[in-house]
Amino acid sequence: MKYIDEFRDGDIARKISARLAEEVQPERQYSFMEFCGGHTHAISRYGIAGMLPPNVRMVHGPGCPVCVLPIGRIDLAIKLALEFGVIVCTYGDTMRVPASNSLSLVKAKARGGDIRMVYSAADALEVARQNPEREVVFFAIGFETTTPPTALAIRDAQRAQLKNFSVLCCHVLTPSAITHILESPEVRQYGTVPIDGFVGPAHVSIVIGSQPYEHFSDEYRKPVVIAGFEPLDVMQAVLMLVRQVNEGRAEVENEFSRVVSRGGNLQAQALVSEIFELRTTFEWRGLGEVPYSALKIRPSYAQFDAECRFDLSYQPVADNKACECGAILRGVKKPTDCKIFGTVCTPENPVGSCMVSSEGACAAHYSYGRFRDIPVVVESI
Amino acid sequence: MCLAIPAQLVELLPGEQAIVNLGGIRKTISIALIETVEVGDYVIVHVGHAIGKIDPEEAARTLAMFGELAEADNDRVSPSTKAAA
Repeated sequence: MKYIDEFRDGDIARKISARLAEEVQPERQYSFMEFCGGHTHAISRYGIAGMLPPNVRMVHGPGCPVCVLPIGRIDLAIKLALEFGVIVCTYGDTMRVPASNSLSLVKAKARGGDIRMVYSAADALEVARQNPEREVVFFAIGFETTTPPTALAIRDAQRAQLKNFSVLCCHVLTPSAITHILESPEVRQYGTVPIDGFVGPAHVSIVIGSQPYEHFSDEYRKPVVIAGFEPLDVMQAVLMLVRQVNEGRAEVENEFSRVVSRGGNLQAQALVSEIFELRTTFEWRGLGEVPYSALKIRPSYAQFDAECRFDLSYQPVADNKACECGAILRGVKKPTDCKIFGTVCTPENPVGSCMVSSEGACAAHYSYGRFRDIPVVVESI
Repeated sequence: MCLAIPAQLVELLPGEQAIVNLGGIRKTISIALIETVEVGDYVIVHVGHAIGKIDPEEAARTLAMFGELAEADNDRVSPSTKAAA
């Protein structure tokens, strides 16, 4: 398909790989964090890790909305379905994330909860229109990419004066999460997770533009290259990051200029700020409480805010002790450092959130990378 | 979750809706989140909404940037660059 196939050309990928091998300085170690789960998925799926020079290491970041959703938030959605009897509509990825009491949304559905998988926020609105006698809650998760469609659904619900639709808002913000990582002791003081630069998210940047990342290049002296999700985009971004490091530059560069501008999608931004405001703090799985890192519905739209409407209060819940998702999301550990990776915890039976979404570091490594770790032994008879 | 795909607009519908062609599959999406678009434009579709428009010139420029890597091989790369323009 156009704008996909030409960005997956294997010959050009090998040439970028050769160029990378020429340009890296052999005495130097390069560590780049790909913030977005989409990049994590692409790196595993297309074997990009194997095409990078050995001294270039990719660190998986916390940019998968399913992976950073804390248990307590899923518990709220389950409570709405099982205790309040509402119809909970949600994106498919959230259905299997483990919650408290060995539940997940899909298991709560099996217990009789009316939980429906939808493709978009607009579909959730349609469910509300078709069931005027029932309360319908859209369990909204995601970064800046998914937020404008939720805002649109709330605006349309208000225009249509729908009385039975509300949103459990769990939308989170990319720049605050990057700041949190840069301020974390692992990165800032101990140096256990060296980060020389970031591969910036593609689709989030379509909405917010490249401008919000300028803070990271100015204040923290970290290069950022915004890149598309196709394999050539990712490899080109790594090459651009290597060049910045070699030249001692820290700038925001845009590899994804075919859709991303400096200012972003102003129409979507205006709608988002009309409907949402900043939360003072929000708990992320793996990162803990992160100040000003998420959105809530403005008081003027409180009738569409499920937290107000059903008087919900958030209770934090500790993760499974054996699960290393928290450390993996911060880039401190790799999936294979986790004792239950690939044994107790698999995509069919995920214990932690990183194994649930195909964009999670563990699921990506399980699906595409796990055999890379096993040395090939050839025996001659 | 954040996966989104490029698709071509083939028909504009009332109520800020449009039909896109995704490699042969036709789907109705919302175009309420983007500024003026025309039939033939490529947009990035995410959870049923177009969130951005693809700039064909910038796409060609990016492909040409990859092409520069293959200086000895420029002739082979340029057709795809032209195709995207």
